[in-house]
Amino acid sequence: MHTQPLLVFPDPPPPLLAQTLDLAGYSWKACANVSTATASEPADGWGGAVLVADEDPEGAFGMGRALRKRDSSVEPVLLLITGAQLVELELREDLFDDFCLSPFHPKELEARLRHLFWRSGRGTGPEIVDYAGLILNLETYQAALDDRPLDLTYMEYELLKFFATHPGKVFTREQLLSRVWGYEYYGGARTVDVHVRRLRAKLGEEHAGLIQTVRSVGYRFGQSRAFPSTG
Amino acid sequence: MQAQTDYVLRTVEERGVRFVRLWFTDVLGFLKSFAITPAELETALEEGMTFDGSAIEGYSRVQESDMLAVPDANTFEIVPWRGNDAPVARIFCDVHRLSGEPFEGDPRQVLKRNLEGAREKGFTFYAGPEMEFFYFESSRSPEPLDHAGFFDLTQHDMVSNLRKQTIMTLEAMGIPVEYSFHELGPSQHEIDLRYTDALTMADNVMTFRLVVKEVAQDLGVYATFMPKPIAGDFGSGMHTHLSLFEGDVNAFHDPGDEHGLSKVGKAFIAGLLAHAREITAVTNQWVNSYKRLSVRYEAPVYVCWARNNRSALVRVPIPKKGKESSTRIEFRSPDPACNPYLAFSVMLAAGLRGVEEGYELPPEATNNIFQLTPEERAAEGIPALPQSLGEAIDVMESSELVAGVLGEHVFDYFIRNKRAEWADYRAQVTPFELERYLGTL
Repeated sequence: MHTQPLLVFPDPPPPLLAQTLDLAGYSWKACANVSTATASEPADGWGGAVLVADEDPEGAFGMGRALRKRDSSVEPVLLLITGAQLVELELREDLFDDFCLSPFHPKELEARLRHLFWRSGRGTGPEIVDYAGLILNLETYQAALDDRPLDLTYMEYELLKFFATHPGKVFTREQLLSRVWGYEYYGGARTVDVHVRRLRAKLGEEHAGLIQTVRSVGYRFGQSRAFPSTG
Repeated sequence: MQAQTDYVLRTVEERGVRFVRLWFTDVLGFLKSFAITPAELETALEEGMTFDGSAIEGYSRVQESDMLAVPDANTFEIVPWRGNDAPVARIFCDVHRLSGEPFEGDPRQVLKRNLEGAREKGFTFYAGPEMEFFYFESSRSPEPLDHAGFFDLTQHDMVSNLRKQTIMTLEAMGIPVEYSFHELGPSQHEIDLRYTDALTMADNVMTFRLVVKEVAQDLGVYATFMPKPIAGDFGSGMHTHLSLFEGDVNAFHDPGDEHGLSKVGKAFIAGLLAHAREITAVTNQWVNSYKRLSVRYEAPVYVCWARNNRSALVRVPIPKKGKESSTRIEFRSPDPACNPYLAFSVMLAAGLRGVEEGYELPPEATNNIFQLTPEERAAEGIPALPQSLGEAIDVMESSELVAGVLGEHVFDYFIRNKRAEWADYRAQVTPFELERYLGTL
């Protein structure tokens, strides 16, 4: 896993971008402007940035400038722009490492990010999530629990991956639906409950508690952030 | 779709899966399967696999026999009872014609078409069945497991082992359950499946029946979903809890109503009741099914609804306080030997017809309904469900609703097949007749 989160502009980001980053296993945080970006920067810095210039090019370029013109410049920076905006890249080459045309293809965006991280020497090994005996290999799609392989369907795997890459955070059913299933889900809004039950059944009694129901809100994976797990 | 396909191919490779079983269902609800090797899987996922449909009950005639089984990558599961050394996986398939269009004789496509119709009206349909079944010593005669009371302890261990293995296997296949024992002894069991959307649930029922039978066989006993295996004892039902959601909102619930039932909920029940006789041939499709639908043993006989009477055809469970979104209705006539794809299709269509046409909900049944004479009940406008397969087929044949739900292909085949079954049954001279008549007439 990329341990440092990516900075994403704007806040909220386009839903397809959020979903693509989630499915690819990146942790990220959306920032609306330079001051929030400074305020919410993690102690070990941003892992990179994805800036969307479609709607607010000035904001995106401004953010790019702020990330680069400082002592430790943020790298890599990927810019999403429309075809009509290509001309605006001129004389701004120093603000980004690569760009991708918007509307973008999720596979292309994923490939470009992967390539950027590979070039910057990060994200080359298999990406492993390890949480309290649960191991997810994001490269081979394999899951194991206490060293036993865990057989999951595709959507069960995607949901568990989303949870395990965002431990301690509470998600509503709507958030999970839009970020894990996207907008083409079958079976309606109760789908999330159904899949959580299926996952709990497969995790078995001992580990079913990994996914907790937060009454009248949604679900949380693992310990809440107020009480970080030591394991 | 691409991501699901990648996931399946990668998992097959990583886990060293030897065979992938392609599953589909014939019109009578039997699970059909053929195995392919991992090498064939990628093509199968992209293009489907050709098979001979003329061998399948209710599929094509010989002249147009080749069909395509197109795997639904979402349903890929490793089959847990084959062990981890040479894992076997399964995928449910949709059946298509070679030209690529969905095959109308495939029950899974029938249900998908009906769910799509409901979705166009803004509804998602959820189902949660209570599966009942018996364990016997073998398939040759209905000898209950507790018959040999002498070996009580051994029997007890065996039954608890059966139960444990069955639940573990179901849960490993992503089918969460609630389990209940019947008090009559260890032979009849009930496993309630937690609700899901109706397509997933129909797949789950198919998987469930196989898992229960496989686990039983492993432990040397026989599990059966026959609706009434023992005369003079309870039959096996498949009471099914139904609900409609509009987005995140339970369409059956209305906090302002004295019973918490919305207009949609009431009209849905009214639709189920109005068309109950027409759909019974599908929800209760065997000669034996009608032996269960008799007045004793809590099986429904009269077309009525109630909140607390467990003999009513439709029961409206009262949701717990604070759990109003679990408002649902329980349709109690189906038995576990039905074809779940077709049974969920007709239940949905009957209820939706009531919603679309704004059917009026008749008054709740009172206990004395069961004490009335048939004539008095008729005067009250409370019909009985069909009492035999023959009668059920007659009623179904004149149903425009069921013909539309099943589509012409399945409808025609079903009527033809069931008429033949009924004719075979009527040609029998039964032990009942020999015992009663041979010595006296």
